[in-house]
Amino acid sequence: MNVASNTPRRGSLVVVAVLALVVASFVSLDLRWADFLAPEALRKMLAFGVSFFPPETAPAFLRKTLGAAAETFAMSLLGTLIAAALGLLLALPASAKGGMAARSLHGVARLLLNALRSIPELVWASLLLIAAGLGPFPGTLALALHTTGVLGRLFADCIENAAPEPALALRVRGVGSVRVFLWATLPQVLPQLMSYSLYRWENNIRAAAVLGVVGAGGLGQMLYYHLGLFQMHETCTVLLAMMLLVAAVDAVSYAARRGLAR
Amino acid sequence: MSSAPAAPALRDPALMQRWSLLLLVAVLAWPLLVWTEFNPATLADTRSLEHTWRFVRDFVPPRHDNEFLVLLARETWRTVAIATVGMALAWLIAVPLALLVTSRLSVSAIASRMDAWPAALRQIVRWVLVVLRSIPELVWALVFVRVVGLGPTAGVLAIAIAYGGMLGKVYAEILESSDATPSQALLRNGSGRLQALLFAALPQCSSELVSYTVYRWECAIRSSVVLGFVGAGGLGQQLDSAAKMFAGPEVSAILLVFMALVWLSDRVSLVLRRWMA
Repeated sequence: MNVASNTPRRGSLVVVAVLALVVASFVSLDLRWADFLAPEALRKMLAFGVSFFPPETAPAFLRKTLGAAAETFAMSLLGTLIAAALGLLLALPASAKGGMAARSLHGVARLLLNALRSIPELVWASLLLIAAGLGPFPGTLALALHTTGVLGRLFADCIENAAPEPALALRVRGVGSVRVFLWATLPQVLPQLMSYSLYRWENNIRAAAVLGVVGAGGLGQMLYYHLGLFQMHETCTVLLAMMLLVAAVDAVSYAARRGLAR
Repeated sequence: MSSAPAAPALRDPALMQRWSLLLLVAVLAWPLLVWTEFNPATLADTRSLEHTWRFVRDFVPPRHDNEFLVLLARETWRTVAIATVGMALAWLIAVPLALLVTSRLSVSAIASRMDAWPAALRQIVRWVLVVLRSIPELVWALVFVRVVGLGPTAGVLAIAIAYGGMLGKVYAEILESSDATPSQALLRNGSGRLQALLFAALPQCSSELVSYTVYRWECAIRSSVVLGFVGAGGLGQQLDSAAKMFAGPEVSAILLVFMALVWLSDRVSLVLRRWMA
């Protein structure tokens, strides 16, 4: 009864709060709609959009784009692989139950995972550039760090939710904890872990495509370079390559996940 | 362990399979390592280590004088505001497109197959949504920075377009996944599409729609920080310039504020979604 009388008031309160937030945001930002929506600006925009076409198709440039696409692809896949391995490593303490030591370890691992996760790939990349220089290597590390946070948490939840009976059955026979994990817990959760990793790979190919904007290699770096010089046809080719690469990875990952689910 | 019955059980039945899988991964990973110029030794290089150490050492304590805190508060609000305005515009883009796409509200589809023209229109709008969301918001922001100049307008537009495509697609999917019976019953009895939407489709999906929108708002806050790196204002822009100037105390302060912001929006979104459920 209490809930029933509370819900409409709560609902309207939320609506009012959201509206206030939206209005306050619109008012406080110095958005230059006039610059943007004036007929001349719109014409300029249209001309800008048209100037992208046709894409540059010189064989030499296409080869360069292909190389950058391979780099982006490698960054996303390697970043995801490293993250899956590190994530699993951190998920073990993060999913631990038991005594004082296990619980404090649990807290530390969760905190670390949260910290890794809450900093986006691009921010990691811009910080890693200082330690690792320009190129695809810091980009890969940046993807790996952020994704470790995401996957580690998902893996930990997954391991926590696995049925405890098989592990218990081995443990009462005196099997060591590494073997218990490998034989009883891992086989249960592996399909789910693979499916999470594939899903993150789809995210990472998108992230890897733009990481180059801060200097971390791949298609993003080409995009930033050519857009900066207003070489629109080249930019268009790079954009198309990005879209194709993302679509291809999505298709592969979708097929793999379908295969796993069967 | 050495007792007779336990011994056979200690051989891993999936041993071969596991090692061959690991071997396969290692072989496949080799070209990836080459392509990404993967070389951890660059991290251990003494000069870069020294450089990094000097940068990281400055992280503690974070800068916290009044002037800087006021600046941080202002930039944090701008980040939230860019995300919110972007989401509001994305919503305005997404709702009409989603309503166009969803086949739940098709009048011709209730009797037999959908007519050719409505089917073609739906397909076209679907492609528009695909194009809007398949270009990352960072790229949209880069393009808009060239058109409208540096500042929040570029960030707002980038979020509006990329998220408009995403929201439109997901809204349409949520509507399609709803039970068709109520809306078909209304449409068959001659009610309009608006009535079918308001009285049949929406009541089933409203909580799911709201919850997805709130979740996306949370994502928009994160991405509005990232957009700052290409000049769209907010915390990202401050972080970018601080990192470029190797200003360790400022970088750590901004990172802390950013993590708190992400945590807070995560909480708010969780509470809101729980209320809606």
